[in-house]
Amino acid sequence: MILIAEMQIADPTGRGTYWIMPPMLRLAALGVRGLRKAYSDVVAVDGLDLEVRAGECFGLLGPNGAGKTTTIEICEGLVAQDAGTVELLRMRWDSDAGELRQRLGVQLQETQLSEKLTVEETIRLFRSFYRRGPSISEVVEIVQLEDKRRSRVGGLSGGQKQRLAMACALVGDPDLLFLDEPTTGLDPQARRQLWELIEHFRTAGRTIILTTHYMEEAERLCDRVAIMDHGKIIAFGTPRELIASIGAEHMVEFAVDGNAGHIDLTTLEKLEGVRVARSEDGNYTLQVSELHRAVPALFQELARRGIPLTELRTHSATLEDVFVSLTGRRLRDE
Amino acid sequence: MSEGTLAATVRELRPAAEPRSLVEHSLVQLTLVRFREFLREPEAVFWVFVFPILLAAGLGIAFRNRPADVVKIGAVGVPLGAALRSEKSLAVDLLDHAAAEQALRTGRIVLLAIPKPDGGVSYRYDDTNPDARTARLLADRAVQRAAGRSDPVATRNELVREPGSRYIDFLVPGLLGMNLMGSGIWGLGFAIVDARRKKLLKRLVASPMPRSQYLLSFLLSRLVLLYVEVGAVVGFGVLVFGVPVRGPIWELAVIALLASLSFSALGLLIASRVKTIEAASGLMNFVMLPMWIFSGVFFSSERFPTVFQPFIKALPLTAVIDALRASMLQGVRLSHLGLELAVMTGWLIICFFTALKLFRWR
Repeated sequence: MILIAEMQIADPTGRGTYWIMPPMLRLAALGVRGLRKAYSDVVAVDGLDLEVRAGECFGLLGPNGAGKTTTIEICEGLVAQDAGTVELLRMRWDSDAGELRQRLGVQLQETQLSEKLTVEETIRLFRSFYRRGPSISEVVEIVQLEDKRRSRVGGLSGGQKQRLAMACALVGDPDLLFLDEPTTGLDPQARRQLWELIEHFRTAGRTIILTTHYMEEAERLCDRVAIMDHGKIIAFGTPRELIASIGAEHMVEFAVDGNAGHIDLTTLEKLEGVRVARSEDGNYTLQVSELHRAVPALFQELARRGIPLTELRTHSATLEDVFVSLTGRRLRDE
Repeated sequence: MSEGTLAATVRELRPAAEPRSLVEHSLVQLTLVRFREFLREPEAVFWVFVFPILLAAGLGIAFRNRPADVVKIGAVGVPLGAALRSEKSLAVDLLDHAAAEQALRTGRIVLLAIPKPDGGVSYRYDDTNPDARTARLLADRAVQRAAGRSDPVATRNELVREPGSRYIDFLVPGLLGMNLMGSGIWGLGFAIVDARRKKLLKRLVASPMPRSQYLLSFLLSRLVLLYVEVGAVVGFGVLVFGVPVRGPIWELAVIALLASLSFSALGLLIASRVKTIEAASGLMNFVMLPMWIFSGVFFSSERFPTVFQPFIKALPLTAVIDALRASMLQGVRLSHLGLELAVMTGWLIICFFTALKLFRWR
């Protein structure tokens, strides 16, 4: 909770003053306190606090096994927690389950919809569970499956199947949309199509909570993110804040000729504009605040020592770099 | 403002449910999905509708009662052959000794008559084969009459060939019961396990779908398919083989309904936890195999030793087949089928409530 309070004060968007807004918008869409869940062999969620505001797109990031899916499935009312409270739209699962189901949109990891039904039949089925919502045609149009409307689900591509899953999450016109790794396994084009869909929904003022291990996805879609590791939140804020928190805007990666020997990291960290240096298997990574000063300084140092450079890459710092700097591990390797 | 009233306020701010047509009702949609999934699976349609009819046709032809059934026997020596040919029900082959032995061994003839040097006749046959025993009686009568025996009592034959006592009459209710078992257990069990394996069950319970409607949709689709299925098998038996339906049709329908519900409950129980098709398949065969063997689909379950009978009578398929046979072939009324109906109801209740307790959506 302390973490959340700090983030609200530091919120650069000024939404911290939303007490003047109408009551509907003032509601926190999701509040989680002291959440714990242990399975027989592992503690999946270990004392988690989280608050998601109405109207934001919130990202839960972390490597596989970090507890993202368990957290989201507890919030969806599919898994019972061992301890802690979950409040959604000011309601709770133990007292308002029926109403909550009507107002949540859910897309799970790995659901295979029935292959023998057509797109339209599938959407019609899910639509029949909700009291209100858009028409079948509207949903089909939103997810851009008009020309596949009468095709069997079994014949759809991965991206089309994922958009159909999204359609099934949208049919009840949800106030809160849960997306568990919505773009995992999709090709770049299909991923971009899905991102547009999520952005469209967010523009309509709805709240989205998504999990992902694609950092570019979180940076593009999410207003705020929480980075999870081993069942705990290890960082929380807007993507920009988190990237700024490691104090470096750029990353420089380089490799040198294998025979040249090891370069002392403290030497590298003394170079102008370099904040942190790391090495792994002969590859070096520098967190850099001023790229235009750090790179010439690096060239100069290597030339002075007569070490030939075999590789050099630079990129702007990403959430991935935030994760690496916090845990020393990469996100996707696990 | 307390949280409860705030939640209530939020709820009031949302528009009320839209009016919708019956076809958009979730139960109707779920049931339609059941039909679509069934009808779009050609194998399922074959096993449920076509297979039992093919089986009945095949077995009905193989075991048909041939009107002028003659028994093939062999004889050694012309005089004996002539004596035997006076009996119309015997087809007599004149053979030499070696060929006759060969024919007997291969079952081409069921009995071999051999003249003895002392003027007597010896019969070689297998006394456990009813045809051979019949042949023995006919052959001996022919031989004795040819030697001059006359019957002291005058007898006359009145032939009765009544439907209801033939093998096909026995078989059709058996196949019907087996079919009801198969489609109840496979139909429900497979669909549920498959949906669980694909995490579709989990997705459905994450939606506001009323969970009872999901199970109810299976029941409703079974109800419709059940009567198509029963109609196809019984209709085929009646039209092609003249199998009798002596009890009232509605009572046959009640038995079929109760049977289908019991087997569906059994299917639900089998599918309540299983997560893979392989495990489900093994479990279903394990449950169905004893019934295929013991419940009297193809031959009477009375043939098993008496000690097994209480166990056999307690099997749901035995109860179903006994009730179907009694109703169709003898016109026994439901009021006299208390035991069978009780066994079916017992299985229905025990399986259904155990399944509800064990059932997992994930």
